[in-house]
Amino acid sequence: MKILVCISHVPDTTSKINFTNGDAEFDTNGVQFVINPNDEFGLTRAIWFQEQQGANVTVVNVGGADTEPTLRKALAIGANEAIRVNANPTDGFFVATQLAEVIKNGGYDLVIAGKESLDYNGGMVPGMIAGLLGYNFLNSCIGITVDGNAVKASREIDGGKETVSTSLPLIIGGQKGLVEEKDLRIPNMRGIMTARTKALTILEPVTASSETKAVKFEKPAPKSAVKLYTVDQLDELVNALHNEAKVI
Amino acid sequence: MSILIYAESAEGKFKKVAFELASYAKKVAGDLGTTVTAVTVNAGNISELSKYGVDKVLKVNSDKLSGFNAKAYADVVKQAAEKENVKLVLLSSTTDSLYMAPLVAVALKAGYASNVVGLPVSTSPFQVKRNAFSNKAFNITEIATEVKVLGLAKNSYGVYENASSLTEEDFNPSLNDADFSVKVESTEKTTGKVTIADADIVVSGGRGLKGPENWGMLEEMASVLGAATACSKPVSDLGWRPHSEHVGQTGKPVATNLYIAVGISGAIQHIAGINSSKVKLVINSDADAPFFKVADYGVVGDAFEIVPKLTEKLKAFKAQNS
Repeated sequence: MKILVCISHVPDTTSKINFTNGDAEFDTNGVQFVINPNDEFGLTRAIWFQEQQGANVTVVNVGGADTEPTLRKALAIGANEAIRVNANPTDGFFVATQLAEVIKNGGYDLVIAGKESLDYNGGMVPGMIAGLLGYNFLNSCIGITVDGNAVKASREIDGGKETVSTSLPLIIGGQKGLVEEKDLRIPNMRGIMTARTKALTILEPVTASSETKAVKFEKPAPKSAVKLYTVDQLDELVNALHNEAKVI
Repeated sequence: MSILIYAESAEGKFKKVAFELASYAKKVAGDLGTTVTAVTVNAGNISELSKYGVDKVLKVNSDKLSGFNAKAYADVVKQAAEKENVKLVLLSSTTDSLYMAPLVAVALKAGYASNVVGLPVSTSPFQVKRNAFSNKAFNITEIATEVKVLGLAKNSYGVYENASSLTEEDFNPSLNDADFSVKVESTEKTTGKVTIADADIVVSGGRGLKGPENWGMLEEMASVLGAATACSKPVSDLGWRPHSEHVGQTGKPVATNLYIAVGISGAIQHIAGINSSKVKLVINSDADAPFFKVADYGVVGDAFEIVPKLTEKLKAFKAQNS
């Protein structure tokens, strides 16, 4: 089985978010970039398939040379090879178009992407790839097993989960649950050393339009100070929740 | 040219998000000088949509579509949009709608903006404000395509009545076998409990509650308020509560009217996950807990004293006001 794991290069979850150039661009100054957490669950699951079922795992990212450390980290975790599509990811449709091209040419059976990236939170790339290629698609995937061409998987639904059956080739939008957080792989020294010798292929992008563009960013308005109540003022608190906040 | 909404229903009944979407669509349609068409799948009481300004309903009734299937439902919405020559398709942000939205967008060659939090900033060029960076910021997104798909974030607009006279039409989209290549084998739903996705109020607990045996008092408060229960990441990692209750950046996002955080200090990732909630009440023994910086209301003190007392006060309030 050939697996492709799509890796987004995103600010660490603890990053403070600021903008520059008249609030038109994300300010990367002092920001640590990591593998998108939803993708990390998918990558670990892919490595599981590699170890248990002999799958070959490729990771891919659409981005500039500055994203290569993130791909190297994925290689150190255990991916066999990496691909970087050398383009600035302008919107979800552009990224999906590039990834669809990589998938078509690489003949991947299973494509694992995070259900959303923690920067633009679009949640659209895995579904768009599936739409562009006409492949089977499963979003919010929290479990998957593959036997030959047959897939059993589960996905989160509002208020529960459902179990589905489908077949390869398949695109999934994955999240926590594909593996548990405690099972996430951390690169070890051997992995880091080996990653240096693994292939990182750079592909030039195909022509594709962007359908949307990020025009400007805003930060939420500063909050007014918290209104504090003591344990003896709970009647006043209930009153405020009802009359002032109007939420009960 | 009309605006099309997909009005989500479950077991024949419209979800609240369908009414919020209809309310939003009515306002946008007013600004654009057009009307609102809804497409429904196996929904019962169609006329309910007229309360919120829907002018026309394309009713799909099909046994094949008895359970949600992203590919097939996306095909339904696509065909409805084409039939009505629609330039703007509006979807909710339920797990199901988020699943099918990118499929709809690709099928219609439409630009798609998800997590939209308000009315369009501008209609020419078409720009919307959306959540980004896990609710730590907003992004103004411009959609350049002729047909556009928007996903409206939950609780970001509200439900407003605006009566219309509604016409109904049966609609029979053509579906093919490929639409059903992902088959649902079984479904497990949490029964008898309010889920985070449906809740207007969420009562959430953190490590400050000291152990899973102490969740009873949060459950009691939740039951008085008709709320869902939730927890912070360490709590689900410790196995005190199921992962499905973990809210935060890598857990479930929560956009409720009221979020009550008990014994949660307020890590940046947790705040990111709940920041879209309108009102935050924080109960914590540590007056310096970062959560108080983003809270609207707070009580500093021992949760084991405050929560039962507050529950009693809420019970009395409900008894008086019901």
